[in-house]
Amino acid sequence: MRTAIRFLRKGKMVELDQFEPTTTLLDYLRLEERAMGTKEGCGEGDCGACTIALGRLRNGRLVYEPVNSCILLLGQIDGCELVTVEDLAGPDGLHPVQQALVELHGSQCGFCTPGFVMSLFTLYHSRRPGLTRQDVTTWIAGNLCRCTGYRLIVDAALEACRKDLNDIFYLRAAETTARLEALHDTRDVFIGTNDKFFCAPESFQSLLEIYAEHPDATLVSGATDVGLWITKHLKELPKVIYLGRVNGLSTCYNDEKGIRLGAAASYALAESYLKTIDPDLENALTRIGSRQVRASGTIGGNIANGSPIGDMPPMLIALGAEIELQSIRGRRTLPLESFFIDYGKQEIAENEVLTSIHIPHLARQDHFRAYKITKRFDQDISAVMAAFCISLKDGRVQRARLAFGGMAGIPKRASTAEKALLGVSLDDPLSWQAALNAMETDFTPLSDMRASGTYRRDVARGLLKKALIEISENTSVNTRVQGQREQLAGGAHAC
Amino acid sequence: MPADILEKSEQPVVKTQAIGKTSKHDSAIKHVSGTATYIDDIAEPHGTLHVAPGYTKTAVCGRIISVNLEAVRAAPGVIAVLEAKDIPGTNDCSPSLGDDPVLTDDQIAFHGQLIFLVVAQTRQQARKAAILAQIEVAAEKPLITVQDALSASQTVLPDYEFRRGSPETVIKNAAIKVDFKSNLGGQEHFYLEGQTALAIRGEDDNMLIYSSTQHPSEVQHTVAKVLGLDEAAVTVEVRRMGGGFGGKESQANQWAALAALAAHVTGHPCKCRLDRDDDMILTGKRHDFEIQMQAGCDASGKVQGVKIDLNARCGHSADLSLGINDRAMFHADNSYFYPDVCISSKRLKTNTVSNTAFRGFGGPQGMFAAERLMDAISITLGKDPLDIRKANFYRSGANTTPYGQSVEEHTLLAKLVNQLEDTAGYRNRRKEIDTFNAKNSVLKKGIALTPVKFGISFTLTHLNQAGALVHLYRDGSVHLNHGGTEMGQGLYQKTAQIAATEMGVSLPKVKITATNTSKVPNTSPTAASSGTDLNGMAVATACCEIVGRLKTFAAKYFDVREEEIDLSNDQLLIAGNPRVSIRELAQLAYENRVHLSSAGFYKTPKITWDRENIKGRPFHYFAYGASCSEVIIDTLTGEMKVERVDILHDAGNSLNPALDIGQIEGGFVQGMGWLTTEELWFDEAGRLRTHAPSTYKIPTATDVPEIFNVSLYESSGNPEETIYRSKAVGEPPLMLPISVFCAITDAVASLRKGVVPELDAPATPEAILRAVKYIKQDRED
Repeated sequence: MRTAIRFLRKGKMVELDQFEPTTTLLDYLRLEERAMGTKEGCGEGDCGACTIALGRLRNGRLVYEPVNSCILLLGQIDGCELVTVEDLAGPDGLHPVQQALVELHGSQCGFCTPGFVMSLFTLYHSRRPGLTRQDVTTWIAGNLCRCTGYRLIVDAALEACRKDLNDIFYLRAAETTARLEALHDTRDVFIGTNDKFFCAPESFQSLLEIYAEHPDATLVSGATDVGLWITKHLKELPKVIYLGRVNGLSTCYNDEKGIRLGAAASYALAESYLKTIDPDLENALTRIGSRQVRASGTIGGNIANGSPIGDMPPMLIALGAEIELQSIRGRRTLPLESFFIDYGKQEIAENEVLTSIHIPHLARQDHFRAYKITKRFDQDISAVMAAFCISLKDGRVQRARLAFGGMAGIPKRASTAEKALLGVSLDDPLSWQAALNAMETDFTPLSDMRASGTYRRDVARGLLKKALIEISENTSVNTRVQGQREQLAGGAHAC
Repeated sequence: MPADILEKSEQPVVKTQAIGKTSKHDSAIKHVSGTATYIDDIAEPHGTLHVAPGYTKTAVCGRIISVNLEAVRAAPGVIAVLEAKDIPGTNDCSPSLGDDPVLTDDQIAFHGQLIFLVVAQTRQQARKAAILAQIEVAAEKPLITVQDALSASQTVLPDYEFRRGSPETVIKNAAIKVDFKSNLGGQEHFYLEGQTALAIRGEDDNMLIYSSTQHPSEVQHTVAKVLGLDEAAVTVEVRRMGGGFGGKESQANQWAALAALAAHVTGHPCKCRLDRDDDMILTGKRHDFEIQMQAGCDASGKVQGVKIDLNARCGHSADLSLGINDRAMFHADNSYFYPDVCISSKRLKTNTVSNTAFRGFGGPQGMFAAERLMDAISITLGKDPLDIRKANFYRSGANTTPYGQSVEEHTLLAKLVNQLEDTAGYRNRRKEIDTFNAKNSVLKKGIALTPVKFGISFTLTHLNQAGALVHLYRDGSVHLNHGGTEMGQGLYQKTAQIAATEMGVSLPKVKITATNTSKVPNTSPTAASSGTDLNGMAVATACCEIVGRLKTFAAKYFDVREEEIDLSNDQLLIAGNPRVSIRELAQLAYENRVHLSSAGFYKTPKITWDRENIKGRPFHYFAYGASCSEVIIDTLTGEMKVERVDILHDAGNSLNPALDIGQIEGGFVQGMGWLTTEELWFDEAGRLRTHAPSTYKIPTATDVPEIFNVSLYESSGNPEETIYRSKAVGEPPLMLPISVFCAITDAVASLRKGVVPELDAPATPEAILRAVKYIKQDRED
């Protein structure tokens, strides 16, 4: 058992053995360290002003990822290198991304700038060959700027990030890697008392045991949702169990049965597996949250929080995914769609932990399409998320799984439309009508700030029609204003 | 002394060492290093306490029956809980009419109205305590929408009208008539730095306030009023804001008042920094409008008569609604001559947060009406909208606005638009789009080229004044101060360039200092795009005064004629030859008892405005620009992408092209957000539900078109005597993206010739799909 967290900061190891379990990293920086460079813009991980970089070992390689420090718990940085805007300038002056932002007029009021600097720092270290404008804008879509209109920031990013790596972090990467390796251990971390603690178990057994002992504890993976309970709902969460260190819980692999994702795998980790399934899945992944959110948020969290508007569940349900739940009493698997019972109610017992997600491979006759409908293209919660898996035989629909988010209190399949689609010929658009009309009976969506019920229903119908057109014409060039499958097939977005 | 400056600007392009050149923002290095200090970054004095606002999360409108704050008082860390009765002075933070209580104790007029404040040891403790209040309100039916207020005939200010001729008759007899309604949503400022103030009580109850405000003098006035102090006892300072956009013009008052009240009562320094959700619920936004238009024109599309009703949701109090709605009326012509015209404005009172200044200050809403009108005429006639726009431009013999001011630079507007039409390849692209639309059934494209003509000056004439304070120290360094505030626009950099130029020193010699009410008093807000026009001129005046004294002294000291003396490049030149450095000169002047400090003052010439009789010249000049936008829409989902934008903008003789381009691009993207993705959504009870960036979507980097060509118009200089013949550039670009909205209209209109799309702003996917559905009515899917 270890009773302190440890992380690297400015080349030194920091150990902290006393802090509130819900202390955010941003509050630690601004109120404890009094390092004022990192700003709070929104306190909910949506503006990126508080972006910092975490250095972590991924398959033995040092990787810098941007995260929103306002909704990250301090305890989550155990074993990481913490890099903030104050750390970038070296003995020779500003960091290349800072220098480029200055030279190309990338700041106006300057409040969002430290966050952009840190996002660009991680882009700089991502070593992406042939960096395009779109790569940059997608990378920084989680950083809001209200002054510049972004163009000059993107110019600066291209200027700095097309250069060869040459900063103090690159020069001392071997040393940092060694020190992070040294920080890695197999001890469970426990800080606090039995009534109030931050616990980061390393062994899976410890996780099950401590959760059995404290069924009232809050499980935290990326904290991209739980963080808001703290900063916005002002909830008291005395007992926090962090899943990010649990051995094996973030492991992903791809074998003949399909893809297995550990429940605590972040979007960033899972991305390389998921994007092999279909270009639309890859496309949707670049639009879920932001790069900061995807570096922290997990696929497991997106399921386990039971939200009716999470983007992963409809896609996973269309793909026929199963999940595995485990507690001290044993393990079980169930189809993902049976996990969602009703709004706010899931098929999960006390002490049970979601451990993994299993996605079967698509068959040759399966056509997958996913559409995310939002007011803003990037980093916006969906009004409607639609995912379809349509199997064809001789040009006719043999099987259809049509799953939607945002259309009901839970992620839900359009069962009437699925039936109406059976046997329909793709060459005969008139025969699609019954399935399109069935949307009316399948759903009675709510009106809220994201969209009216009428729009949701209209768009659900429009999306099914779009999918059928795309599958029959075998192109999405004439049916999408952006995010065409053809763009992605070339691997322009490979990460 | 200003005459001296103006003489220089007679030259077509003024390029002294610091003017007209691109130089970086004065704080650029600090921005990227995280060392630029905002209010919340100031090292807190020992014992600083934190303030959180208290309001009821449910009530929207009604009388307060009971307020139980026991649990709030008992919460951990709470030092004090203050209510209206604890205010020693006047309970008001309004900018004008006295109708904005700091804390209410009887009536809830809108959701989020403050009832109390909590002072606690930490901000988190204050926030947690504030939600424990138990407040009972006898709910009344609130007026939320423009329609609600119209039916109830509730206004915050009297109606106002511009009228010329008899448009009703002209429209009745016109060959072509258009008649339509447009709904135009409001906008949240979303400055990245939320509202923040730190108050420090000094001796004799004096108060020092650090406030993130565009209007330090008004914060000073408000704090003095609320605490019952003399204004001389209150000092307000702001080095920089993390964005303002009008949202910190009147809206910074309340938070400074809360912090000051808490500091006054507890004796401790007190800080109030709003949580983002509170900020978005509790502070005013851009006015949303319902616009009714009727117009008549001849068969060629030339307008003969126009009737425009501008119905604005002002919220529960007047705030700055008078000037904002006036400005909407001043811009309902945009660049077009309306022979017979009536522009009427209603300032409607609703039970919503009081709407306020936002970049453009009503002008964008007025201009939107004019551009909708041009689209409606074009679509009705089946003509290219650009041709209809051009046919209606102000021109010789038809250059008098509905409020009587002449448009003097109308040829510039025509030239600028023609140039953009050419460089953007408008005509060719129009053809390509027609071809594309004929071939595609799901996706449709649209294009539009729209002009901007924006009046520069506060229409409240007395605000058009500014002061500066400049010191020359013995080492030759210059201390620069003025009444303008820095919110990212680069005002400090531009005024430093002006000071360096006037003083003949290099830029690094000029020390920029924080705006402070004890250095320059009675300042106007940094607003109305006027920051550089006013403060730059005041700075130049102050510098000229010092330079004049130095020259007089040097002439005597070196025994030469004053005309032979020049100050340049940190040197005193005599007949063009360096004689002594500025450092030596300053030391010599000091030893010879020359006064090396000066205040400067400026008031805009030529402007007069008699509001009652609708007479005069409210604007010193107009700023011009134009943009051409191309969009693609999805008729199955309403999704939209802006594919290309070209902009040509007139900044006169630009003082700093990089900063001006930054204003243009930033303004464009901000305006594009207003008209596309940014939607303020109220629930049935009348509560704003888009009060965080998770639900309120400002543009992000991927929304900016890949092709985004922005140029400054090659100007021969502002014909008016502005600082170095430059033109103001803060607000005008916000209206350029009306072309995006018109391009969307164009795309929807392609679905059915001759039908004007019923497209509301913001044009969200939902609004676009609704317009598509409407226009396709009676046609097959």
